[in-house]
Amino acid sequence: MLPGILLVGLMAFPLAVVLWRGATDDFASAISQPAALAALRLSLLTSAISLGVTVTLGTPLAYGLAHWRFRGHGLVETLVDLPVVLPPAVAGLALLMAFGRRGALGPILGAVGVSLPFTTAAVVLAQIFVAAPFYIRAARISFAAIDPHYEEAAIVEGASAWQVFTWVMIPIAGRGLLSGMILMWARAMGEFGATILFAGNLEGVSQTMPLAIYLGFERDSSSALALAVVLILLSGGLMFALRKIEAGWQNDAAAQK
Amino acid sequence: MLHRSCQFVGLAMSVILSACGVAVPSTVAPSAPTAVKATAVPAAPAATTLNVFAAASLTDAFNEVGKAFEAANPGAKIAFNYAGSQQLAQQIGQGAPADVFASANAAQMEAAIKTGRVVSGTAQTFARNRLVVITPKTGPNPITQLKDLAKPALKVVLADKAVPVGGYALDFLRKASATPDFGAAYSQTVLANVVSYEQDVKAVLSKVALGEADAGIVYATDVLGDSASKVNRIDIPDALNTVAVYPIAALNDSKNAALAQKFVAFVLSPQGQNILAKYGFQT
Repeated sequence: MLPGILLVGLMAFPLAVVLWRGATDDFASAISQPAALAALRLSLLTSAISLGVTVTLGTPLAYGLAHWRFRGHGLVETLVDLPVVLPPAVAGLALLMAFGRRGALGPILGAVGVSLPFTTAAVVLAQIFVAAPFYIRAARISFAAIDPHYEEAAIVEGASAWQVFTWVMIPIAGRGLLSGMILMWARAMGEFGATILFAGNLEGVSQTMPLAIYLGFERDSSSALALAVVLILLSGGLMFALRKIEAGWQNDAAAQK
Repeated sequence: MLHRSCQFVGLAMSVILSACGVAVPSTVAPSAPTAVKATAVPAAPAATTLNVFAAASLTDAFNEVGKAFEAANPGAKIAFNYAGSQQLAQQIGQGAPADVFASANAAQMEAAIKTGRVVSGTAQTFARNRLVVITPKTGPNPITQLKDLAKPALKVVLADKAVPVGGYALDFLRKASATPDFGAAYSQTVLANVVSYEQDVKAVLSKVALGEADAGIVYATDVLGDSASKVNRIDIPDALNTVAVYPIAALNDSKNAALAQKFVAFVLSPQGQNILAKYGFQT
């Protein structure tokens, strides 16, 4: 029991201190600083775009991984999972070496007038790189868990592959997809290392909340603290929603049996 | 090709390390022999480790100072924590186990004094540094003189203004704008070209050396030795330059106060000053 309490304390105590300090400081004026507001807005915007792109491209990918066995299947799964354990600095460096002005694709991008580093698009790319695995993984597992009888029944009834995907698989996997979206979104919002390396740090362009917290803490700690409070509450809210969804899922599963 | 890729790996490592920003005591290479000795002879007293918090711009010079100090003081082991001075002052304020603090400006030493861990008046100036503008060696180079920094659509990187070198860079722009030669709009135009305010001077150097930015402002000492082959430098005339003053102090709550004092004295000694001079610092 005691070791458990220690571990929970280790995780909860520092967060509680930040919340308490943030609450006793003048939170309202600190969060309404232009730089803090810009960081908040940029974080919400970029993480929402990252989420949209990931869901659009990641859902078919997860479905394919769950349903088809092909050469290199394991390799693709491993590749897609890799960013979860990769240090974000490595991710940032890899992005810079691939898409930077002097990177592998730099000349091609340059030819069409695109330069990614130091842009908001770079922030989005960094977030997708680091956070998409959380969605793809959750989506793949929930697609794989679907009873194949549903699919067979739909096909027997004359549904096309697309209809099976959109009318049968997506609704059944819905909760799993939603929890993957929440995890992905929370991770994207917290992205730091890859962002500062690949996108740099400029207010309104690439300075997301984690960057503003990191650099702001050394200059004006009240804004940084206020942003940290917002980030903790947002992430906490998302994790709470995730729990609710997963609990509901288990209840449904129990009801089905 | 091999040579180039080696260089790139080195650069990559420095990018990663500077990006992490967190306290990474660099105990890896220089201290390894000492550690081996200590375990080989269990009867010998354990090595005393001194934690030296030093500005990122001191990295190369202090690595050598540390080796020389360890050679002169058997049993002493230096663990360096290099980062932006503002970050080090912040860590000291939060109670990080530092024995010596070497800052790249007076302001961050003041910040450390305010925390009560450095006694006012004990900090001593041990080195001076100047600013230079750097541009990448590879690719098209639109910048050949200081005025070119104001050209449209350039990508300029500076250190964040919380970092000493970032503050000094703004000083330079302000001073230049006050001269008729550069014109009043110079500072504003250059700042409009800034695409990123980096977390320390090594990050600025990396972004320019990688060719991702067209120009950056760093210390003269950053463009020596290894890095000299990766970037071109444009000197800033004395009248516009800000001389960075580096203060060093032992922390008053150091567990190895005597050794900490000894290290500070060593940095100020002719031997220490010679090493600093070798890395381009004015002493």
